[in-house]
Amino acid sequence: MTLQTMTYLAVGLSFALYIGIAIWSRAGSTRDFYVAGKGVHPVANGMATAADWMSAASFISMAGLIAFLGYGGSVYLMGWTGGYVLLALLLAPYLRKFGKFTVPEFIGERYYSKAATIVAVICLIFISFTYVAGQMRGVGIVFSRFLEVDILTGLLIGMGIVFFYAVLGGMKGITYTQVAQYCVLIFAYTVPAVFISLQMTGNPIPQLAFGSELTGEGVALLVKLDQVVQELGFNAYTLGNKSTIDIFAITLALMVGTAGLPHVIVRFFTVPKVRDARRSAFWALGFIALLYTVAPAVGSMARLNLIDTVQPGEIGAPEANLVYEERPQWFKTWEKTGLLSFEDKNGDGRIQYYNDANPDFTATAESYGWQGNELSVDRDIMVLANPEIANLPNWVIALVAAGGIAAALSTAAGLLLVISASVSHDLCKGMIAPNLTDKSELMIGRIAAGVAVCIAGYLGYNPPGFVSQVVAFAFGLAAASLFPVILMGIFSKRINREGAISGMITGLVFTAGYIIYFKGVFIDPIGINTAEHWLFGISPEGIGAVGMALNFTAATVVSRVTSAPPEAVQALVEDIRVPRGAAAATAH
Amino acid sequence: MEESQRKAYWQANIKLVLMLLAVWFVVSYGFGILFKEALDAIDLFGFKLGFWWAQQGSIYVFLLLIAVYAWQMNRLDRQFDVHED
Repeated sequence: MTLQTMTYLAVGLSFALYIGIAIWSRAGSTRDFYVAGKGVHPVANGMATAADWMSAASFISMAGLIAFLGYGGSVYLMGWTGGYVLLALLLAPYLRKFGKFTVPEFIGERYYSKAATIVAVICLIFISFTYVAGQMRGVGIVFSRFLEVDILTGLLIGMGIVFFYAVLGGMKGITYTQVAQYCVLIFAYTVPAVFISLQMTGNPIPQLAFGSELTGEGVALLVKLDQVVQELGFNAYTLGNKSTIDIFAITLALMVGTAGLPHVIVRFFTVPKVRDARRSAFWALGFIALLYTVAPAVGSMARLNLIDTVQPGEIGAPEANLVYEERPQWFKTWEKTGLLSFEDKNGDGRIQYYNDANPDFTATAESYGWQGNELSVDRDIMVLANPEIANLPNWVIALVAAGGIAAALSTAAGLLLVISASVSHDLCKGMIAPNLTDKSELMIGRIAAGVAVCIAGYLGYNPPGFVSQVVAFAFGLAAASLFPVILMGIFSKRINREGAISGMITGLVFTAGYIIYFKGVFIDPIGINTAEHWLFGISPEGIGAVGMALNFTAATVVSRVTSAPPEAVQALVEDIRVPRGAAAATAH
Repeated sequence: MEESQRKAYWQANIKLVLMLLAVWFVVSYGFGILFKEALDAIDLFGFKLGFWWAQQGSIYVFLLLIAVYAWQMNRLDRQFDVHED
């Protein structure tokens, strides 16, 4: 069977499964639509949360980023898993006890203010949209590569599928489809990793393999990689090239951002009990860790494989580089997408890949007769191309396509649901028309999801920046706006309405301002985006950590000088701190 | 529920959370970032130790922390008689 047929088959079968589940578990009531009747088992909920969380960025981009960043890529690994510790210990059980549908609902009630709700809804919609646009882009890339259609067609197919089950199914449909998607994506991620680990080191466990010795070479994989990349003028793989303070700040922003992402938080509203919220967080991180501990292994192996392919001989020898005309098939297929390209700068017909931005390496490169790096590789293709580079069977490559699509679709669907819930529930029912019937609320939710799919599709086709830029924005904002006020709402009785609103606005304005200043989302950047111009040497990716600190400070100071929250609110805080009496799964 | 009981329960909760967060901080920001260079001198099955903490070890500890939290909190809930059902 050809790769093309195999891919159609793998993607087709997985879709049939998701759609089947969506139809089988169609939402009947408003509460089913938003929170799955609060009757989802912790293990299922953990898997669904993991699928929700592991987006196209985790599945497609992360290992590729790590491959090129080396140690610097650790920020994503620690940041996107460490956030679950914060979520589990500081937010999840209390929000479950609070027992409502959405994050703005909590903020509105805890801070007894419609203004606070509106600020929260704005933060939430903004975060979710930036995030979902990146997912739609991921869907488009995967479809266009494997089904060999253009990116617009790929996007339209993806939009149709997302709309179908997010809108018809609601949360309950999504929860069970996401369980299926998790299984597909984790299988698709680990199978090629195990194959490649065996091939390179003889050790089938990727987590151990990337520290093991390379087969027949008597040298450990990471040691070899460090040595090879340095000989090509790059920083050592295990050293990376980010400053310590920047690594610290980015990790913190990503951790706190994770804990503040509304589509992840809302997952913990769906379990039957407070106790289950704690257990759910454990299962979620467990399922996530399966992928996240494999990713760095995939990254390092992909980098070494890539270098070995283009530089089969000794570095510096004239015959040691791959002749372009003899390039492998995968190279040609990816060239067609434009995400991999070769430019013969020194006219020798061979591919030279090295760091031409390193001034200390220029003389060495010239002595080899190299006149600049000739290979440009888009980081996003590494995971998708890796099985092809390693010559794995076609069915594995087809599986990876299905996995990538599962990852992007599940996250997109979860986010759309959060958007539709805040529009119909928080805005329409909560603010504009309190007497809305369940049925019309559900209808508005579906319409909102439909509109959101179209906007997200448009943003995915015309992204306002690179996906990484957009994602940094989403995390920074979540860290600087939502997380601090939710946390203080639980752990302090003194923080009041005025404090929360000024905190959210301070954090939001500062973080958004800093990112726009350096990265220029929607406008041209104003500042020069290099380390010497950054505040304390912190890059825009990490600035959410500072925004968060400002939010805490502003909220505390303003609360001190204004009056304490009313008795009823203080009683509410007392109440959510104690598990007993949480509304049951059926009553509300 | 007695006011003093409620307070004691909350204090115990805070104490547990702070202890776990201290570990959380040490394994990621400590071992994986601040002391990474010093730890890299030590070899762990082919990994530089600081690098291993940043890309593998911290994740395993995070998982363990949530498990300990869930287990200890359920114990605390029963001890203070605030557990569900």
